[in-house]
Amino acid sequence: MTVLAVAEHRRGDLRDVSLELVTAGRELADELDTDLAVAVVGGDVDAFAGRLDREGVDTIYTVSEGEEFNHGVYTQAVEQLHADLDPTALLVPNSVNGLDYAPAVADDLGLSLVTDVVAFEGGDPIEVIREQYGGKVETTYDVEADQYVLTIRPAEWPAAEASGDATTEAFEADIDEAALGTTVNGFEEVAGGDVDITEADVLVSVGRGIEDEENIPLIEELADALGATLSSSRPIVDNGWLPQNRQVGQSGKVVTPDVYIAIGISGAVQHVAGMKGSDTIVAINTDPNAPIYDIADYGIVDDLFEVVPELIEQFGGEAPDL
Amino acid sequence: MKILVTVKEVAEVDDEFEIDGLDIAEGSLEYDLNEWDDYAIEEAVTISEARDDVEVVTVTVGPERAEETIRMALAKGADRAVRVWDDAIEDAQFLDVDAKAELLGAVAAEEEPDLVLSGVQAGDDSNGATGVALAETIGFEWAAVVNQLDLDADAGVASVHRELEGGIEELTDVDLPAVLTIQTGINEPRYASLRGIRQAQRKPLEVRSLEDLGLDPSVVESPLERTSMYEPTSESDATVWQGSADETAESLASLLREKGVIEG
Repeated sequence: MTVLAVAEHRRGDLRDVSLELVTAGRELADELDTDLAVAVVGGDVDAFAGRLDREGVDTIYTVSEGEEFNHGVYTQAVEQLHADLDPTALLVPNSVNGLDYAPAVADDLGLSLVTDVVAFEGGDPIEVIREQYGGKVETTYDVEADQYVLTIRPAEWPAAEASGDATTEAFEADIDEAALGTTVNGFEEVAGGDVDITEADVLVSVGRGIEDEENIPLIEELADALGATLSSSRPIVDNGWLPQNRQVGQSGKVVTPDVYIAIGISGAVQHVAGMKGSDTIVAINTDPNAPIYDIADYGIVDDLFEVVPELIEQFGGEAPDL
Repeated sequence: MKILVTVKEVAEVDDEFEIDGLDIAEGSLEYDLNEWDDYAIEEAVTISEARDDVEVVTVTVGPERAEETIRMALAKGADRAVRVWDDAIEDAQFLDVDAKAELLGAVAAEEEPDLVLSGVQAGDDSNGATGVALAETIGFEWAAVVNQLDLDADAGVASVHRELEGGIEELTDVDLPAVLTIQTGINEPRYASLRGIRQAQRKPLEVRSLEDLGLDPSVVESPLERTSMYEPTSESDATVWQGSADETAESLASLLREKGVIEG
């Protein structure tokens, strides 16, 4: 039995998803009527163990190997811990680093893997829920396996807060250094550039619905007319239409302005992760089922090319000829 | 050197769609090259253009319909293609990560590439795991979510940036042979030229069955069983303004004035 959850940290900080994993792990352990073990690999493991000691955690295993994430070290350490504890479920964050080792562990140990899980229910068999087709549908799966790996979507479970009384144990992993095929040399932050979108009170944000680089000035003009700052969703930056420092979302910046106006943005989970803390969210999008409306306070279900020029006029500006 | 690129034809869902049993109704789907794979193809072709000894081979698990997508990859500069299909695959409810890794791995074992490029994820299933599972299956090194790649084939090292959350990139050296999962934005995928499209018709596209690959039909079996598919219940409590564009714009303008975004 046992549920084993693996924490995540980066550059000295425990990432929020680690405490969300504790909540998800406790929920699953209750379903399975078993213990919850949490593992932390590398860095200041004792400090991390202190932070991971939340209500519902039975045992914390510290693996004192390396400073930062290295998938080879994680794969070996987690596999050895897995062999020791023989857990029913292994929970890993559905993060860039989680997806850099969980599939390898699952494949190597012959465990069934379900990624990006947003909910689960029941224990035998466990039923997991995930999204597909860009979040347009949810699907449920029965996991007909004695042991499995789930990667848990960040921000779906609340972080565990109440302090706990877990036992902390140092786990001596036997890491084969010669088998490590990657070397992490450092980190780089995306350049700040001319503007810091995290400081803005009002953001006018543009997405795929703008269709063409030549249409960007329309949104720039609106931002100007409002005295707001221009930001965007990922595809705009991928296309090179706006610089990287304008990107809102999981891989870009997390913003919390007073007003966030999302124009032609469908509201994929990665984008929402970066702006859901905004005070007031306004969406302009042609698709009434777009997920952005799930978190929007106000909406206009119409063509942005009709609405935005009218808005610019409302504020005394002049819409550019496109 | 040889670069193997995994290419998937993905199903995209119309804004208005219907669910038929455990999947989207066929009539609500359109098929296209997976967005992430487009960047992987571009990365491979760019490498092949910079050197004169690089062969780019694509591998796809998909039905005959997928050949249109595969030809598109060939038109963009891949040299030849392998398509894996079989009645057993056709009959499977879906392919899980392990099955995909086994199928792609069998092709990789035959091709013996130096580098495998795959997309970070497929737009329809969004597993985000097949590339790393493939690496483990074939005993390659790997890196997930690569948004910059410098290849030193002679030294046998790929120096990559991995795109972590929050605008942080990890700088990592990866020993070859390796599987790299390619993130969007790493390059600017080209459009296929007319000449490329013509040439693509003559490039080799080989179809392989499970038997051809020495795989047992059980490879597509999964401990996962899809039990339902449904539209998520909308959690929307947004105030949606109705009316013509000038009316809705006026409503929004009033709100912004109320919020003090703009004076007067």
